[in-house]
Amino acid sequence: MTYIGEIFVIAMSAIFIQNFLLSRFLGLCPFLGVSTKIDSAFGMGMAVIFVMTLTASITYLINVYLLGPYAYLQTIAFILTIAALVQFVEMVIQKNAPALYKSLGVYLPLITTNCAVLGVAILNTTAVRSDGVTPYNFLDSTLNGFFSGVGFTVVLLAMAGIRQRLGLVTLPKYMRGMPIALILAGIMALAFYGFMGFKL
Amino acid sequence: MNIVFVTLAEASLAAQIGIPTFIIGILGLVFGVLLAIASKVFAVEVDPRVEEINEILPGANCGGCGNPGCSGYADAIVNKGEAINKCSPGGADVVAQIAKIMGQEVTEVQKNVAFIHCSSGGLKTTNWRYQYQGVFSCKSAVNLAGGPNACEWGCVGFNDCVNACLFEAIHVDEDGMRHIDIEKCTGCGACVAACPRKLISLHPIDQNVQINCSSKAKGPDAKAACGSQHSCIGCGICAKKCPAGAITIIDNLARIDDEKCINCGICATACPTKAIFDPLAGRRKKAQISADLCIGCTLCTKQCPVKAISGELKQTHTVNTELCVGCELCLGRCPKKAITMV
Repeated sequence: MTYIGEIFVIAMSAIFIQNFLLSRFLGLCPFLGVSTKIDSAFGMGMAVIFVMTLTASITYLINVYLLGPYAYLQTIAFILTIAALVQFVEMVIQKNAPALYKSLGVYLPLITTNCAVLGVAILNTTAVRSDGVTPYNFLDSTLNGFFSGVGFTVVLLAMAGIRQRLGLVTLPKYMRGMPIALILAGIMALAFYGFMGFKL
Repeated sequence: MNIVFVTLAEASLAAQIGIPTFIIGILGLVFGVLLAIASKVFAVEVDPRVEEINEILPGANCGGCGNPGCSGYADAIVNKGEAINKCSPGGADVVAQIAKIMGQEVTEVQKNVAFIHCSSGGLKTTNWRYQYQGVFSCKSAVNLAGGPNACEWGCVGFNDCVNACLFEAIHVDEDGMRHIDIEKCTGCGACVAACPRKLISLHPIDQNVQINCSSKAKGPDAKAACGSQHSCIGCGICAKKCPAGAITIIDNLARIDDEKCINCGICATACPTKAIFDPLAGRRKKAQISADLCIGCTLCTKQCPVKAISGELKQTHTVNTELCVGCELCLGRCPKKAITMV
């Protein structure tokens, strides 16, 4: 398979088939917390794409060149990396792009503890290409991080869109707020399970 | 490939513990140093006064000052030279503290409170045109065929103002009427913006007498929509009776000028439809002049808006209690403090 085809496979599996929110169920906190308005959902999504892409590339380097046989250190090393990275990125953005910093607001530091970001780092270490043997190289990992973030954003925006419309519906009192959001998440996850059978 | 030289199987116990510790330690050290350097290189200079003022502000983020939240206002004071007396929830206390930080003179802060210029919107006081069953919100209700209530200017009673209030200063009584607690009201204006019918406005806290209607309909129409005991019909009796000339009729609706109004309440008693709200009704005291202290300077007679004080120069003045409306204007005028309210 050509490399373009490989990128397509990575993109499709990251966005739809193995979507972080609706197939892997990682990073659900912002999925329910930041999905009440499309604006804030978009801000959160952009921040996640940004941090996931960076994390995927840097943790790949750390995993291959530093950890080597000590793979059991992955979790602690990756958490350390993500936390430091988010802090660093926040400082750089605050200095160089104050407008972006303001629009990302609290979402950037929130991502430090988002398990979807840690998830993409750890899953990348065992991920293989579509031939079933070749492990991901640096570019594969970075792309996987980027497209996982895109998948996260797509679902977050869809959820925010539906919840905004739900705000205009008269619901029974006991269904308002979280209950209906969780039911909604379940139905959306069922829909995404339709992608599971695809063989790319 | 690996920087680590030995594999796990060959390593001694010390190495098995030491190497991972070393790796994580190095990682932590590198990141620590990196962040320390970055914090110097990418340091953004923030005026310490912004943080100090931000801590003094109440933190309600009500937006009453016109800035996005308290930190926005703190920033605007320091960097954009905004006036320091715009925080109404904070009051005079906060202004004094900010003035200290900014090295400015304390400027007087006028405490405003909200008033709902409508006496309907409750269960008993509203004439409905149809039964509204949509989203429980005034904004939504007024958009459906001009609103469910008969008066197109009046309160629809879905409590958008109550929900907008951050300080729980508006409560709903058992009849479904909204009341503003002027003790809790900070004058932030959140309810003013929330009301789709624009019934709420801010007034100085010592302004008591208010027009309790916002209907611009002609007299008979206003009465038909709201009943004869609520609505302003624009008859102009109040404007004629007002001793201070504070009332004007514009678009069939009486309006009180807060600057001119003396809170005498004459308009409230004169109004044929009881559309003027007067919380002091029946509780006003009458002026009394102490004969011992009065020097007959006639200052009070000139001040009195209803000509209730009579007396020649150098003679002890007297108050005609029939005419006195209890506006207390003479109190401040008397140089000898000879006037008391009883």
